[in-house]
Amino acid sequence: MQIAEGVQLVTFGILSLLMLGAALGVVLFANIVYSAFLLGGVFISMAGIYILLNADFVSAAQILVYVGAVNVLILFAIMLVNKREDFKPLKNSWIRQGMTVVVCGGLFALLGSVSLVTPWKISTVMPLASSTVPIAKHFFTDFLLPFELASVLLLMSMVGAIILARRDFVPDTVTGITSTQDSLTLPERPRELAGK
Amino acid sequence: MNSGIDLQGTFIQSLSDFGISAELAKVFWMPFPMLLMIIGATVGVLVNVWLERKISAAAQQRIGPEYAGPLGVLQPVADGLKLVFKEDIQPAKSDPILFTMGPVLVVMPVFLSYLIVPFGQNLVITNINTGVFLWIALSSIVPIGLLMAGYSSNNKYSLLGGLRAAAQSISYEIPLALSVLAIVMMSNSLNTIDIVNQQADYGILSWNIWRQPVGFVIFWIAALAECERLPFDLPEAEEELVAGYQTEYSGMKFALFFVGSYVNLVLSALLVAILYLGGWSSPIPIDMLSNLLGVDPSTSWVQVVDASLGISMTLLKAYFLVFIAILTRWTVPRVRIDQLLNLGWKFLLPISLANLLITAALKLAFPTAFGG
Repeated sequence: MQIAEGVQLVTFGILSLLMLGAALGVVLFANIVYSAFLLGGVFISMAGIYILLNADFVSAAQILVYVGAVNVLILFAIMLVNKREDFKPLKNSWIRQGMTVVVCGGLFALLGSVSLVTPWKISTVMPLASSTVPIAKHFFTDFLLPFELASVLLLMSMVGAIILARRDFVPDTVTGITSTQDSLTLPERPRELAGK
Repeated sequence: MNSGIDLQGTFIQSLSDFGISAELAKVFWMPFPMLLMIIGATVGVLVNVWLERKISAAAQQRIGPEYAGPLGVLQPVADGLKLVFKEDIQPAKSDPILFTMGPVLVVMPVFLSYLIVPFGQNLVITNINTGVFLWIALSSIVPIGLLMAGYSSNNKYSLLGGLRAAAQSISYEIPLALSVLAIVMMSNSLNTIDIVNQQADYGILSWNIWRQPVGFVIFWIAALAECERLPFDLPEAEEELVAGYQTEYSGMKFALFFVGSYVNLVLSALLVAILYLGGWSSPIPIDMLSNLLGVDPSTSWVQVVDASLGISMTLLKAYFLVFIAILTRWTVPRVRIDQLLNLGWKFLLPISLANLLITAALKLAFPTAFGG
């Protein structure tokens, strides 16, 4: 298995480089749109690494959920919120930056030492031909509670989003909008006025 | 088990006879099916453009392209050449990197999805277990490319078109995935080859369309919406948005969007054929025919006939669906954006959920008919 192993090694190198580069770009770019697009790159290279680990279902799910849904929603949020704001320079901003450096450096040192100390054992178990059925069995036996809790969490956030989007707390008749404009207004609920 | 023609096995065997290791032989083999599939998909686009021109002409009582080649078959080639030689204009205030990446990100996942389209028992690039799921995952990358194109053009129509396209493809992905899930439940596998084999027993009678009529309609509507075909081509609605996210594009970058949308249409038609119309299996099973004629189904010429019949059956079914899509485009008016979202979220989503639940119930009640 010379060629296959070589291909795996090279692919792993390329994917890790891509992932690290894209992740650095997410953090370092000043333009938030670039960061959002690069985040998609991070997720896709992560899916590639899952494929190298013989987890084909997980990698497809990673692309579907993170790239297809989460990243697109982030992009939507960025592109629909179009607020121009001039940021005033803060006094003593070096304290904030210094704190960030300390926290990030500490985290990096911690994770780095953990990854160096841990004795990484390479599993000799033959990978499964298909991971879909074992994953499903785990979901419905020993991982049933976390699985159901995650779905309840998603349901809660969905209900919250719907309530926020419908704005039912705005009363039907808002004083201030007179009936003379009725022919010009769109047939929708009156919105809360900006700056109120 | 009768595995049919195994070209890969024969190729590797013959190279091994020359003293090349089996691994290296496999490396030599791998580019062939990929190249073949890319060429096939591109030729499929040309056929599609020609069909679109001819059928639209017939729908409007015109003749359509006539002089470029017999019946105008070379017209799409001329179109393609024109786009290749056009100047590639880059708007001054656009974002150059994202502007170039957008069309690439739209086209690549569509071509990658051809990995899982089978034309016969062994005529598929990769026989992986997550087949259909991989297609759904890959097609969810496309909206990012559309958003990228819409944003980087720095044009309000482009941005609106990109946002609309992304919203549309996100909302129709859910009914699409749910109707695929019903099929997967019946065939106990995500693998496209298993799905076709499960419908192959009794010829036309065992096709999934008889067991999943509702799922078939939902899948087809959602697939048309994902391809942005006319009843749902809001992202590029000419009267409202100039050309949507394609407004600022010209030359080959525009052609990439164009190719991507047509390849996606053929891909959707192929997947409908695979999931609902029995894939490569012919309406009358070939084994039954050969038994009737008294020929052993494992003789080589029967195998060749079987394989070529399989490819032509898949293509025939797919192009029949493409014909329906083109006819729909030239006869049905465009829906409004609120109608589109209402149809997706308030009609197709509950119906596809109910379809999934009913399929599960039927599978428990009649395991023989619904693949227990």
